[in-house]
Amino acid sequence: MNYPNELSYSKSHEWVKNEDGVYVVGISDFAQHALGDVVFVNLPAEGDDVTAGAAFGDVESVKAVSDLVSPVSGTICAVNEELVDSPELLNSDPYGAWIIKVENVNGTEDLLSAAEYEAFCKEEK
Amino acid sequence: MKLIFEKSVKGRGCSILPTCDVDMAPLSDALSRKSELKLPEMSETDISRHYTELCKRVHGVNCGFYPLGSCTMKYNPRIDEEMAALKGFTAVHPLAPEYSVKGCKEVLDTARKYLCEISGMDGMTFQPAAGAHGEFTGVLLIKQYHDSRNDKKRTKIIVPDSAHGTNPATAAMCGYQVVNIPSAENGCVDIAALKAALGDDTAGLMLTNPNTVGIFDENILEITRLVHEAGGLCYYDGANLNAIMGVVRPGDMGFDCIHMNLHKTFATPHGGGGPGAGAVGCKDFLKDFLPSSAIMGGSGIQVRSFMGNFLVVVRALTYIMTLGKEGIPEAAKNAVLNANYLMRAIQGTFEPAFDRICMHEFVLDLSKFKEETGVSALDVAKSLIDRGIHPPTMYFPLIVHEALMLEPTETESRDTLDDAAEAFRSLYELAHEDPEYMRTAPHNAQIGRPDEVQAARSPILRWREA
Repeated sequence: MNYPNELSYSKSHEWVKNEDGVYVVGISDFAQHALGDVVFVNLPAEGDDVTAGAAFGDVESVKAVSDLVSPVSGTICAVNEELVDSPELLNSDPYGAWIIKVENVNGTEDLLSAAEYEAFCKEEK
Repeated sequence: MKLIFEKSVKGRGCSILPTCDVDMAPLSDALSRKSELKLPEMSETDISRHYTELCKRVHGVNCGFYPLGSCTMKYNPRIDEEMAALKGFTAVHPLAPEYSVKGCKEVLDTARKYLCEISGMDGMTFQPAAGAHGEFTGVLLIKQYHDSRNDKKRTKIIVPDSAHGTNPATAAMCGYQVVNIPSAENGCVDIAALKAALGDDTAGLMLTNPNTVGIFDENILEITRLVHEAGGLCYYDGANLNAIMGVVRPGDMGFDCIHMNLHKTFATPHGGGGPGAGAVGCKDFLKDFLPSSAIMGGSGIQVRSFMGNFLVVVRALTYIMTLGKEGIPEAAKNAVLNANYLMRAIQGTFEPAFDRICMHEFVLDLSKFKEETGVSALDVAKSLIDRGIHPPTMYFPLIVHEALMLEPTETESRDTLDDAAEAFRSLYELAHEDPEYMRTAPHNAQIGRPDEVQAARSPILRWREA
């Protein structure tokens, strides 16, 4: 399992990266592994507001449908449309396959560092 | 096997009509089709063989054990079908004058009376076409209630994380914000989490009891009291009514409205799209908001045309009247007994997620088994097909990892349960000896292991001529 150091993580298994005030959001390696093969991603639209701790979309795997929970509050400024046709990118490259980018961020969940998140996942298992 | 369209031969058919002996009255140009109607052309013999062949490829409750948890795939007595096939019920029209359909009205009234008694409700509609439609109707009653009191601040519906997916979907469809509360360690509602979620913005709570892990929530009276104290209403999802019918009533647990899946609990064949019937019942103070057809004297606010799926109500009424006041609770108790018997007979190999007396269904947790053998819940489910058993519900509820959820229902004999337990135990052994064999199961079915990922990612949804 891979936990890149430069990212922050939420307890609902999303990762966040602050790129000069724009927050990039995706799901962690642990999340994609637990989900199994992702077959569909339900994406929000650009311009939608997201709230930290609330669902902004969902991912469907062979096993189940799971909410995507936003780790930050703000406005979506970009959506990774590539995932519509290639949801499997979330499995093959979870940290490359970002899902949304959020600007005007005015709050975040209590985020974990890579080390804290790794410990959290070990317990979750 | 070929599709019926592939078997079609131009010019072949099976309608033997006499030559037309009156003048033809062709449709006007505006009304006639411009393109050819693409229907298969076949002889009656070949049609009959085609559907019989299809029949042989499915596994229904008439073929063998069907322990699909949370779905109550119980045996549907033949007498229910006989009653639903009576001319007086099938050859009526919903717009027929009332004096000519008094029998149908009596069916609806009698079924309403019995189902209100079983659920502890005061009023009922049969309009909703199935469970999720019933939920939608029930939550609209809650919305209408708050609106009628001009109570606009109630925007949230509380749903436990073990709920059926239709519950949060229903709340969202009705315009509510869904508040998910985590379950306690024992799979029941976490009272502290419920208290924290309740407030003057709570419109209601949606709950099924026994819950989705097959456990009766013993705090139910406190749960409904807390919701009522916060000003919310309590909605009962009748998915699991089979475990308690005739024994305890949702109305007495403190619920204000309820839907019952007549097609599950009261024995109508279902699956594959119905028709079903999601009867919605409510307490007196909600009765005015119930939808009802203007025909036969209702309010005229409808969620579906006319009386809903009437013949399903005929089947349900037949079922209730056949079993009677003693038979209904006996069926519920046998459903619970069978589930507990099977759970204990399997235990020692596959372990229950909650080691306590269950209700009508139980959940196995295969996560440790998967770690040991590399064989997943999916692989076990597929292997059961080779043993002539329909796979149980898999990977649900989400709060149990590698879940298999079994609901044997009341109509299975002890012999069937013993055979099923033996199948589970032998698969447990097999997983330790030859895990690869299980990972590629089923081996004796018409269809082996389809590529589920590709099937979901790039489904071919319609047949096209080659």
